[in-house]
Amino acid sequence: MQNTAAGASIDHVGHAHDDHAHHGPRKGWLRWLLTVNHKDVGTMYLVLSLVGLMVGGIMALMIRAELFQPGMQLMQPQFFNELTTMHGLTMIFLAIMPALTGLANWMVPLQVGADDMYWPRVNNWAFWAMPPAALILWSTFFMHGGAPAGGWTFYPPLSTTYGPESIDWMIVAIHIMGISSFFGALNIILTILKLRTPGMKLMDMPLFTWSWLITGFLLLLAMPTLAIAATMVLSDRHWGTHFFAANGDPVLFQHIFWFFGHPEVYIMILPAFGVISEVVPAFARKPIFGRKSMIYAIAAITFMSTIVWAHHMFTVGLPVWGQLFFMYSTMLISIPTGIKIFNWVATMWRGSMTFEAPMLWAIAFIILFTIGGFSGLMLADVPADYQYQDTYFVVAHFHYVLVSGALFAIFAGVYYWLPKWSGRMYNERLAQWHFWLSVISMNVTFFPMHFAGLAGMPRRIPDYAIQFTDFNMISSVGAFVFGFSQLLFIWLLIQTIRSGKPAPVRPWDGARGLEWVLPSPMPYHTFTTPPTAKQIHDEGPQAYEK
Amino acid sequence: MVKRLIPLALTLITSITPAIAAEQDPFSYNMPYGVTSTSYDAFDLHMLLFWVCVLIGVGVFGVMAWSLIRHRRSRGAVAAQFHEHTTIEIIWTLVPALILIAVAVPATMALVAANAQPPKPDVIVDVHGSQWKWHYKYPDQDIAFFSNLATSSRDASQLGAKESPASAPYYLLNVDHPMVVPVGKTVQIRVTSDDVIHSWWVPQLGFKTDAIPGKINNMTFVVKKAGTYRGQCAELCGAGHAFMPIVVKAVTPAAFAEWVNKEKAAAAASKAEAAGPWDMKTAMAQGEKVYGSICAACHQANGQGIKGTFPALDGMKLSVKDHIHIVVHGSKKNPVMQAYGKQLSDRDIAAVITYERNAWSNHTGDLITPKEVEAAR
Repeated sequence: MQNTAAGASIDHVGHAHDDHAHHGPRKGWLRWLLTVNHKDVGTMYLVLSLVGLMVGGIMALMIRAELFQPGMQLMQPQFFNELTTMHGLTMIFLAIMPALTGLANWMVPLQVGADDMYWPRVNNWAFWAMPPAALILWSTFFMHGGAPAGGWTFYPPLSTTYGPESIDWMIVAIHIMGISSFFGALNIILTILKLRTPGMKLMDMPLFTWSWLITGFLLLLAMPTLAIAATMVLSDRHWGTHFFAANGDPVLFQHIFWFFGHPEVYIMILPAFGVISEVVPAFARKPIFGRKSMIYAIAAITFMSTIVWAHHMFTVGLPVWGQLFFMYSTMLISIPTGIKIFNWVATMWRGSMTFEAPMLWAIAFIILFTIGGFSGLMLADVPADYQYQDTYFVVAHFHYVLVSGALFAIFAGVYYWLPKWSGRMYNERLAQWHFWLSVISMNVTFFPMHFAGLAGMPRRIPDYAIQFTDFNMISSVGAFVFGFSQLLFIWLLIQTIRSGKPAPVRPWDGARGLEWVLPSPMPYHTFTTPPTAKQIHDEGPQAYEK
Repeated sequence: MVKRLIPLALTLITSITPAIAAEQDPFSYNMPYGVTSTSYDAFDLHMLLFWVCVLIGVGVFGVMAWSLIRHRRSRGAVAAQFHEHTTIEIIWTLVPALILIAVAVPATMALVAANAQPPKPDVIVDVHGSQWKWHYKYPDQDIAFFSNLATSSRDASQLGAKESPASAPYYLLNVDHPMVVPVGKTVQIRVTSDDVIHSWWVPQLGFKTDAIPGKINNMTFVVKKAGTYRGQCAELCGAGHAFMPIVVKAVTPAAFAEWVNKEKAAAAASKAEAAGPWDMKTAMAQGEKVYGSICAACHQANGQGIKGTFPALDGMKLSVKDHIHIVVHGSKKNPVMQAYGKQLSDRDIAAVITYERNAWSNHTGDLITPKEVEAAR
């Protein structure tokens, strides 16, 4: 039906490009070093994030191996703390964030009908800042005094007066990654606002692009804040200032850090919301329910995320009115988040659903992210949080929102768009194995942590009292299954790119959006002539209406 | 394990009623009901929120499951095309808002109650976090002591230890010198830190309070039931974070008064002992004790230290002068080595240095006198 019609019109666009050989990619490795093409940069970000996921994952498995039973079996406590610190930093800055940026680099120009990013050269630089930062960060393991071991939050005075030399290098790495993210975000915002194809109104934009437009602004706010906090730590360590250490105020650091840190949480989840909002309608074959309220909800969450930071600090001795304010504002976030969940469910309601891999990940996302949201609501309640704070209950909570939230949404996005990127279909059977193994083992890993936390196990301890043994054993077994399941994913990617069946122009009959009018595999340059008014209309929010 | 999973399910179901929950094992599958009004409030709020979440979850996931089962293409479902319904959207904004208000009211009351500070507490305890032990002072009773991880846990927690953690009583939750408070009396703790941020947490008391250098956090509680309550430091404070437990013994006021007297007598006795003769045997015996409770956490019981982090004392080449200086004033090069001048007496420092210079394979024969330590201060 629509497939053939759309396919024909695209072939036309595609052919126009194939005729110009000099528009193709540069040959050899220099292609990747010098490329300014948004698709190449997107691919590189995704590959980097896969490397980050593996490195951070190995650290996680070392942590879980030590925690398999009480007593110290494999490493010294100091090294354990290095691992937890670096696991957090790696997963946030080198796995989740680059993956989302990679999706944005690939999809945002396509979704708004632009031929590339607004600043292609800056795009190349922003990417190539990341691998050196990653190497600097990981090289701290080999430095005198070991890697940073004060937690990814590097609270002073542990990171100032008592921190090893490698803290300075960690700060350098954070600065580089922060600058990269800042300019990456600015580039995405400008691409959306300035290169959006004529005839596409803001409200017509796909929800993934919308989520990134808003996230971009959040990044512009958060990254400089992190840079300020890190610089102040550096200054305390070397230039004799007393912001936090020695007569300074260690709590001040926490205020500044979490003013970055809480928005950071939403930087990692809002684009994930965007992906899910693309996938669910495609496989329910139904327009997204409450499109406008989905956008307003993201905007509301973004605003609120900047006024809740002190809920990470309920035990530092804030005055009662302060605790009340941050409790109320935190609880309020559950309303716009709830709207999004309800709308996704309403989108499925009376749909015509099929369950290919992207949809499975999206469904798992909705259920498990909601569970993470529930524990978030519980954590917001201050008197109960006096008990939850800094226990494994918190560890369970943020892994439910970051693993089954952000990471699962990224998987949904990769499976959804992979046929378009590579021009080949992935092996559905293998994908189903990857999904079920991951989703089951993820729950085996993180669900028991709720109980360990409630029973009194503090987080970030290399050794624990024997009553926590059962829960930790279950978690460790789950973690190893989860970790090794991801090798299946890597194998699947290689197999798809090398020998997958050719993908049709629109592999998902319910998928709508300008990216689907392009041929598979996609030409190196797209939309050098803007999409037609008909294409914009047919792929826009009205697309599902008969 | 399965044997423990059944009670888990039962606990979750039965814990709606605090009366049953109160009987449960303090470390089980749920938040302990505890022994203070703050802990009761925390538990009740926790269960209220848990059931609210379960109810919402059943609703949302129920509708979702229905869609997944009934509205699938393989069953011939044809997609409807609706995509908006203002009334429904307003309802599912307002209903959660009302639920939040309903939850916020008891939370607010509990929060205000937990933070209330009575004008005159019966007992005040100054709690200092210190890498990696707790320092308790009772200013009105004139008592002060350090509370260290019990030696049995320390031994069993070493890498390659012969002892198993199961053999240590209350592994990692036992101390050499617990904090004691009277039951039914208002106790105020004033928490601060000597170095990094720690957090003082005993689950049964219902709260944790961060120990922050340069800042004093107050918390007040009344323990309603005599017993021994155990907790741990809850804020990452360095390599020994897992190894600084908290033990609070709640006893009758009479027993508390008796304990105060005993502590005072013990302090007087050790003062008298300090005036006694000083020889190698006395110094070594006392030094081994001090070493076990203060130094072993980093330098290890066998004096080998931890490579790259804490230097080995076995086979060291420090001069007596430098050795005393580092123990009294700390190390500039390695800030984790604290200045023990303020924490230990001259006699303790002299003893521990003597011990370190003559234990393991060290046989310097140096006997350090308290006078030398005093001179180095």
